[in-house]
Amino acid sequence: MATASATQERAAELNVLARKQRSLWGDALYRLFRNKAAVAGLIVIGSAFLIAILAPVIAPYNPIEIPKNPASQMQPLWTGSKYTDARYLLGTDFLGRDIVSRLIFASRISMVVGFVPTAIVFGLGVTVGMTAGFFGGWLDQLLMRFTDIIYAFPDFLFLLIIVASFRASPFGKLLDGLMLIFVAIAIVGWVGVARLTRGQVLALKEREFVEAARSVGATPGRIMTKHLLPNALAPLIVTAAFAVPNAILGEATLSFLGVGIIPPTPSWGQMINEGFPLFSANPWAVLLPAICISIVMLAFTFVGDGLRDALDPRMKT
Amino acid sequence: MLKYTIRRLLLMIPTLFFVALITFVLAKAAPGSPFDKNPDKPPKQEIVDRWNKFYGLDKPVPEQFVMYLSNVAHLDFGTSIRRQRPVSEILGQGFPVTAQLGIQALTLALAVALPLGVISALKQNTMVDYGSLFFATVGTTIPSFVMAIFFIYIFGLGLHLFPITGWGTPQHMVMPTVILALGAAAFLARITRASMLEAIRQDYVRTARSKGLREQVVIVGHVLKNAMIPVATVVGPAAAGLITGSFIIETFFSVPGIGREYVLSITALDYPVIMATTLLYAFFIVVANLSVDLVYGMLDPRIKVAK
Amino acid sequence: MADLLEVTDLHTQFFTRDGVVRAVDGVTFQVAAGETLGIVGESGCGKSVTALSLMRLIPQPPGKIVSGSIMFDGQDILKMDDDDVRGIRGHAIAMIFQDPMTSLNPVLTISRQISEALELHLKMDKSEARKRTIELLELVQIPSAKKRVDDYPHQFSGGMRQRVMIAMALSCNPKLILADEPTTALDVTIQAQILDLLKNLAREFRTAFILITHDLGVVAGMTQRINVMYAGRIVEKADTVELFANPKMPYTWGLLRSIPRLDESRKAKLVPIEGLPPDLIAPPPGCKFEPRCQYRRDVCHEKEPELKHVPNSKSDHEARCWGTQDGGWLVDTDWKREIGDTRLLEAIKQETASVTATETPGE
Repeated sequence: MATASATQERAAELNVLARKQRSLWGDALYRLFRNKAAVAGLIVIGSAFLIAILAPVIAPYNPIEIPKNPASQMQPLWTGSKYTDARYLLGTDFLGRDIVSRLIFASRISMVVGFVPTAIVFGLGVTVGMTAGFFGGWLDQLLMRFTDIIYAFPDFLFLLIIVASFRASPFGKLLDGLMLIFVAIAIVGWVGVARLTRGQVLALKEREFVEAARSVGATPGRIMTKHLLPNALAPLIVTAAFAVPNAILGEATLSFLGVGIIPPTPSWGQMINEGFPLFSANPWAVLLPAICISIVMLAFTFVGDGLRDALDPRMKT
Repeated sequence: MLKYTIRRLLLMIPTLFFVALITFVLAKAAPGSPFDKNPDKPPKQEIVDRWNKFYGLDKPVPEQFVMYLSNVAHLDFGTSIRRQRPVSEILGQGFPVTAQLGIQALTLALAVALPLGVISALKQNTMVDYGSLFFATVGTTIPSFVMAIFFIYIFGLGLHLFPITGWGTPQHMVMPTVILALGAAAFLARITRASMLEAIRQDYVRTARSKGLREQVVIVGHVLKNAMIPVATVVGPAAAGLITGSFIIETFFSVPGIGREYVLSITALDYPVIMATTLLYAFFIVVANLSVDLVYGMLDPRIKVAK
Repeated sequence: MADLLEVTDLHTQFFTRDGVVRAVDGVTFQVAAGETLGIVGESGCGKSVTALSLMRLIPQPPGKIVSGSIMFDGQDILKMDDDDVRGIRGHAIAMIFQDPMTSLNPVLTISRQISEALELHLKMDKSEARKRTIELLELVQIPSAKKRVDDYPHQFSGGMRQRVMIAMALSCNPKLILADEPTTALDVTIQAQILDLLKNLAREFRTAFILITHDLGVVAGMTQRINVMYAGRIVEKADTVELFANPKMPYTWGLLRSIPRLDESRKAKLVPIEGLPPDLIAPPPGCKFEPRCQYRRDVCHEKEPELKHVPNSKSDHEARCWGTQDGGWLVDTDWKREIGDTRLLEAIKQETASVTATETPGE
């Protein structure tokens, strides 16, 4: 057996289990990539990203401009109905806008809404949760009571109230309503993350390696970043992986109810909202964005599940 | 046990208080007024003043809040601005509908999810397992309104099997109930399966087998009892989730429950209805959370019988 | 008289993604009625898997008993059908597991868990079973048995829980009890009590025991014969007294030497056996212990020794070592000098003497 280092040689001598030693993260990544569903999910998400970034380039038409002689409510070409227009592959909506272009541009909204608020939620939540868990005392108590209250609100309804209340305000009009949605999701979401982090920190705080670090004079900041955080990371990563689709779903539902993205900017939920009254006449205007949402959500779920399995220390290869 | 329950129930009150406070603040902070129905033709100022006076909206905000709280204590939730009727009447009409929908959905979900979860765990990695995993994943991932869209397309428009709006006859109830149940069933099936798998791996199962018990007896007598505990604790929150989450389905299928009322009142800034319904929802959620601990206490001897 | 249990060339393997783990790799031994056999070895040497194989409790994927025979009371367990095997479990052969915390079902009462076997194997009805359960609990010295019979496992301390497991094992009057590390999870003082209990029960009911442990101190006071296992095979077999007086395998020497002593001088270092147990998927070609053995020679690396009688020892003493077998270079080694300190071993010798002093049942 070829030996690479002194350790390997010694291991070979003692006939110890000298199979390739992988680090915890390397091991997790290996397991993740072996999970076919997760890999498929990653490919889908990657593609969605690509489409979102390249939207202006690949979309055949302008998604919000109403054409001069609109051919409204055209069906997708494959349906073979008489209401199709060769120019529009997937048909048009009630204002004559091309559905393909709208779907492509809507992906931008979804991608952004997924990741930006999640980043805020985690930045804020982890910091607060870790501080509260580590220092305890009144800060911790305050946080716990606060989270109790927020928990009493059904997640989505809280989101709904915030967004509906401020829609009419100037803030609510920023970025076609996107800013408000970001803020709302962030407000509702950070508490859960803070609580999770706090729980992790509490559990880890009592472990020996923290005591060891303290005994050699590490500052609280250092302990938190170099010792606690890496160990608490695994469940946080999984939570983040599921927070993204949750945020996307939040925006889609809000838009569906009419209080999300401000038209004419397209988002998948918005397209459903607009197409719904005419569902029987032009079902595909509603079905197609619904399919898009489903695919993206499924992709994220597979990845999230894959991450959870990969990072679970109890599961051995 | 009893003391613990009472303590938790009492803690509910400050929680609900804060819920009311936050909702109130948000509703008041929202720009726009419930009377601006038509932005092109704003009502005359004196009419607005009279409405404000009638609804107490001309008083300072903190005073409005206190007034509101004292009314609530008398179970007076005010009058809906949008519908010009007492809120309690509106809720009283809508709640039984929502409750019925919720209970039907929960029953259906349990009836499907529990056997599915158990069988899937016992026959891991077989077709049944993959099928139920697929069902669970799809059910928990795809949002209910998207599901509803697919369902309507296939069963409503395509096959004309069930009506898609309205409520009243059993046929009307099928679609909303099924779709609402789907999410809960998927969630419960997942938990049941995970719980069963966890329980089967335990040492005491090996002990049971070492006594010569038949596998069936081991599963039913030893494993199930343990595996069902986490599932039972989750039923409370699942029920609360169904009741508070039904608003999408209700809006979609025009079911006259409180959920739909709620959505309409939010967009119309109808404060009394918003406040009352939020409090009601919050109440359910808090009770559901409490039920988790209580159910645990009832079922798990390790907690029930203190050492 | 034929032995109660005759295991011949047992092979149990686990089929994993990384390869086939040969957990039990050709094990042969016998247990007579009423006898206590000790199986000693490090973690991973196959002793637990051997016990589980005896009751066919190996999880079928990924494990499998590939070959061999297990003759119990004249019948081959490996050839029985499932119903018959279940008839034996908990009845003719019973098992006591290592961790009483996790081995008892937390949501069922003690009474239910013990009565189960009684109702199943001895066909008792509920009240008979309950009466017998209380008797059993009193037998294992659980105080206030009548009151505590309806308690749950978490209401008992660790030592009490293990007594409950012992009661469970005894309930249907088994001929053979397998005790897998019965005291490892317990405090030292409780350990002694439990071992005492087992010893007395063995004597009183003439039950055969297989006591599995990594702790030499435990087997010294409890067993008549000992099998030392390593890497899925038996590497030394002898009477208990003989094994401690005259061990014939460097692994055994290493085990004896590595026992720490309270009265050792502070400067004395602990002497572990260097290295780790071998990879059971790709074990070394010759003697499995060779990589860690300080007496090894070339032949040890090339060919694996058989388990054979070794010179300068009692007639039924066997060891699997080129060095100590006929013509080997360790035949005349004074192992006492090798180990160095003899005081501990004198103490063990006294313990083993006390076991033989009490009459061995069944003979």
